[in-house]
Amino acid sequence: MRRAALIAIPYAWLLALFLIPFAVVFKISLSDIALAIPPYTPTAKDGIWTMLSQLDFENYVFLSEDDLYWKAYLSSLQIAFISTVLTLMVGYPMAYAMARAPEAWRPTLLMLVILPFWTSFLIRVYAWVGILSNEGFLNQFLLWIGVIHEPLTILNTPTAVYIGIVYTYLPFMILPIYSALDRLDGSLIEAAEDLGCSRLKAFWLITVPLSKNGIIAGSFLVFIPALGEFVIPSLLGGSGTLMIGKVLFEEFFSNRDWPVASAVAVILLLILVVPLVLFQQNQQRQTEAGA
Amino acid sequence: MAETVFAPWDDANEKPLIRFRNVTKRFGDFVAIDDLTLDIYEREFFALLGPSGCGKTTMMRMLAGFEDPTEGAIELAGQNIAGVPANKRAVNMMFQSYALFPHLTIWDNIAFGLRRESSDKVAIAERVDEMLKLTRLEKFARRKPHQISGGQRQRVALARSLAKAPKLLLLDEPLGALDAKLREATQFELMDIQEKTGTTFVIVTHDQEEAMTVASRVAVMDEGRVMQVATPTVIYEAPNSAYVADFIGDVTLIEGVARARSTPATGPATSAEEPAPAAQTVRTPQPNALGLWLHDKVLAPVIGARKDIVRQLPPPSATEAEPAPNAPVEVPSGGVEIDWADGQPPLISVDGDPALDGKRVKLALRPEKVAISKSKPQAVNVLQGKVIDIAYLGNLSTYHVELANGTMIKAQTANTRRVARRDITWEDNVWVSWSGTAGVVLDT
Amino acid sequence: MNRLSPFNVVSLTLGFVFLYIPMLILVVYSFNASKLVTVWAGFSTQWYGELLRNEAFLDAAWVTLRVAVISSTIATVLGTMAAYVLVRGGRFFGRTLFSGMIYAPLVMPEVITGLSLLLLFIGIGLDRGVLTIVLAHTTFSMCFVSVVVSSRLVTFDRSLEEAALDLGASAFDAFRLVTLPIIAPAVISGWLLAFTLSLDDLVIASFTAGPSATTLPMKIWSSVRLGVSPEINALSTILIGLVTIGVVAASLATKRAAVQAARDEQAAARAA
Repeated sequence: MRRAALIAIPYAWLLALFLIPFAVVFKISLSDIALAIPPYTPTAKDGIWTMLSQLDFENYVFLSEDDLYWKAYLSSLQIAFISTVLTLMVGYPMAYAMARAPEAWRPTLLMLVILPFWTSFLIRVYAWVGILSNEGFLNQFLLWIGVIHEPLTILNTPTAVYIGIVYTYLPFMILPIYSALDRLDGSLIEAAEDLGCSRLKAFWLITVPLSKNGIIAGSFLVFIPALGEFVIPSLLGGSGTLMIGKVLFEEFFSNRDWPVASAVAVILLLILVVPLVLFQQNQQRQTEAGA
Repeated sequence: MAETVFAPWDDANEKPLIRFRNVTKRFGDFVAIDDLTLDIYEREFFALLGPSGCGKTTMMRMLAGFEDPTEGAIELAGQNIAGVPANKRAVNMMFQSYALFPHLTIWDNIAFGLRRESSDKVAIAERVDEMLKLTRLEKFARRKPHQISGGQRQRVALARSLAKAPKLLLLDEPLGALDAKLREATQFELMDIQEKTGTTFVIVTHDQEEAMTVASRVAVMDEGRVMQVATPTVIYEAPNSAYVADFIGDVTLIEGVARARSTPATGPATSAEEPAPAAQTVRTPQPNALGLWLHDKVLAPVIGARKDIVRQLPPPSATEAEPAPNAPVEVPSGGVEIDWADGQPPLISVDGDPALDGKRVKLALRPEKVAISKSKPQAVNVLQGKVIDIAYLGNLSTYHVELANGTMIKAQTANTRRVARRDITWEDNVWVSWSGTAGVVLDT
Repeated sequence: MNRLSPFNVVSLTLGFVFLYIPMLILVVYSFNASKLVTVWAGFSTQWYGELLRNEAFLDAAWVTLRVAVISSTIATVLGTMAAYVLVRGGRFFGRTLFSGMIYAPLVMPEVITGLSLLLLFIGIGLDRGVLTIVLAHTTFSMCFVSVVVSSRLVTFDRSLEEAALDLGASAFDAFRLVTLPIIAPAVISGWLLAFTLSLDDLVIASFTAGPSATTLPMKIWSSVRLGVSPEINALSTILIGLVTIGVVAASLATKRAAVQAARDEQAAARAA
């Protein structure tokens, strides 16, 4: 009995507040915009049958016809993918160096990685506005050392978005890779070298495959949220950067077109299903391996 | 003398405390316990012995209530305990990892079980103090488990599981985490406590020496089945299968075909009345010398004389004593002869079962019952070979002797003199010999 | 131990410079006398004074704090239950769906979570306000709690629970008296994580908060959209300072406990 209650309570909560809302989103994506409260029609007040009969895929047709949405999805995928690769390139050497650092330093290094993770996401993105703007610290610094003579335009470009994503998601990449590398038995590398591998070859043949789960987990932890990112493109990307999270937010709050915003969300969710399932399987495998 | 022997398993009127009745346990396709029937009696110190994965831990967990049998019934004092949850059973367990609660003091760990069933603070305190005293832990009552040594942790685990005075105490590899010296001392402590409290102990172990030392009876297990249940002496001296003979102690197995000898064995070979001659020391390596000394000098004044009658053998026959060289040998009649190699004399075992006539059998020989010499001795079984390896163990030396057809025989001698016998060395041609009763003939 | 190669030293140094320079600049310029955030005009604490006089910010901070405390507490209870079910529940109907619902919110873009919850609340006619933010925050942060707690439970020596049962404790007592005290550090970190996630959240709160409730991140957002402002720098510095103190204190406490445990163990080994 107790076991049933233990399972039922969190289960019911997640069903009600995580899964069922998606059904609601789907239903509204099939509705039409209306000047009413709530701003869509039909609603359940019209009766179930009337409501069902008036649902259609008009909004999806609209999305497919307006190339703004296509471009937003594609550019989100591109930005999320490139930023994930960049984060991996920055994060892996850091995680590797942390795992190889003297044992006494490791807790401190780990804390230094985790600390930004606990500080406000919004504030960390905001910090870059002052750095990347035309008269910002980066341009001032580069002008001062004489590398450039004209300020670079970085803020309000995709570059700024890459920097923002790498910066804010870096801890998510470092931590799983570090924990995989930390578990790695140092004598494996020594064994590989003893058997005639060069250092680089041993790294490539032993270290990388054994940290694979960390790399996968870290990449999904960056890629999936980055795909729907809203704050970073809004603050750093300006009007020139098209990302689907921003489009959705504006469709909802500025245009108040809830049905179209819902349709945008449904398609984003469909794009996310594959990486989500892969991520969940990776997590479950690790949990079970740990047990 | 016979009435002092503790042997309820031989008494038909005795009711077993635990009864496994055709118990089978499956995990998916894997059969952990295979149609097992077994009785364990009150006040027994019963050992489940076997390699890892043989099902001994599963049996223990079924007794504790963490697993239920797939088929069959387990009875505790005549009642089927299937379906009774672990926290309602009068059975307590001492875990292999000890499972001491790290956030509670030693005192609170021991009181944990008592508090679950009673709120009488005074009675609980009395009982905890009693357990602390029994396990000599009074000084450490206020410490946490990580603040005491491994041996002390082991005693806390024992005290905690005994505090509720269970009908049955289960011990899962209780000494596995201790080093060799401490383990030996603790074995006797365990036996002492078992005797004092009168609790039935069931111990799971993969260490045969431990099982032989502490247990009144041993069940040797393999792949979910009990191969033999008997006293340590019988297990060692009269194993019922090659598996048991091989698992317990060191053994040489020689395969051949049995042939019944003309007349049944009579006379001294089966006489059980004679007092044990000096050869006894060679025959019973369990419990070991240090253990016996400890018991006699340290424990005997407190708990009385060692009841080693339980583990005593039927005294050996005169023929089994080390054959005097060059004295003519009288071969008793009866038993079987084993043809084991072309051109070699058959091996004689006077207590082999004549019913094995014509069958393929194995002759199991304990190394300490095989003598080794440079000149040909007078004995029932004498073979010639070459020394391949010598293992010097301090108190004993084991010689690996290869016979002409490649068969390897182990012979052991006690190093009773300080200066080692150097007359036998590698590559020497030697004679190995043993008496007509030294070997056990096993059906293959 | 082995010394770090130059490559490792360089990647660590550059990495940490990258992580900390932006925050350092924020902190330094929060003490700038000038309204122009990129020009240093002398030391001043005037922005802190102005921040403390700004009623709107203080109100928002109060709402945020209430939401964070309530939602992280509920999330800790639910998340711990969920972790227990995941690690110890064995097989039950819909287990894969359950674990999917635990892991998906960790990475789900906030715009989707926010939008879907808002539409649900409107659909069932729930007035938006503090309650709806609490429900929303509880839902996603319970998943983080459950991941933290389940990673501890996985390494939990199960024989401790069995020992408790064996000694006569009921399943609930075994959890209350043995499991919970031992996994308490993980439960507390889960709570802290849920708390900071709730403090931080902008997007989900923007969707689920009604006109009656504005959280601090929403307030910050509406002012940073207009560009960098020294007041926000001051606010950021306060938040960064609080978090730093908290994290450093927590890790020092953990370290001290570890050192004490090691010392105890040595003493025990000597005594043996």
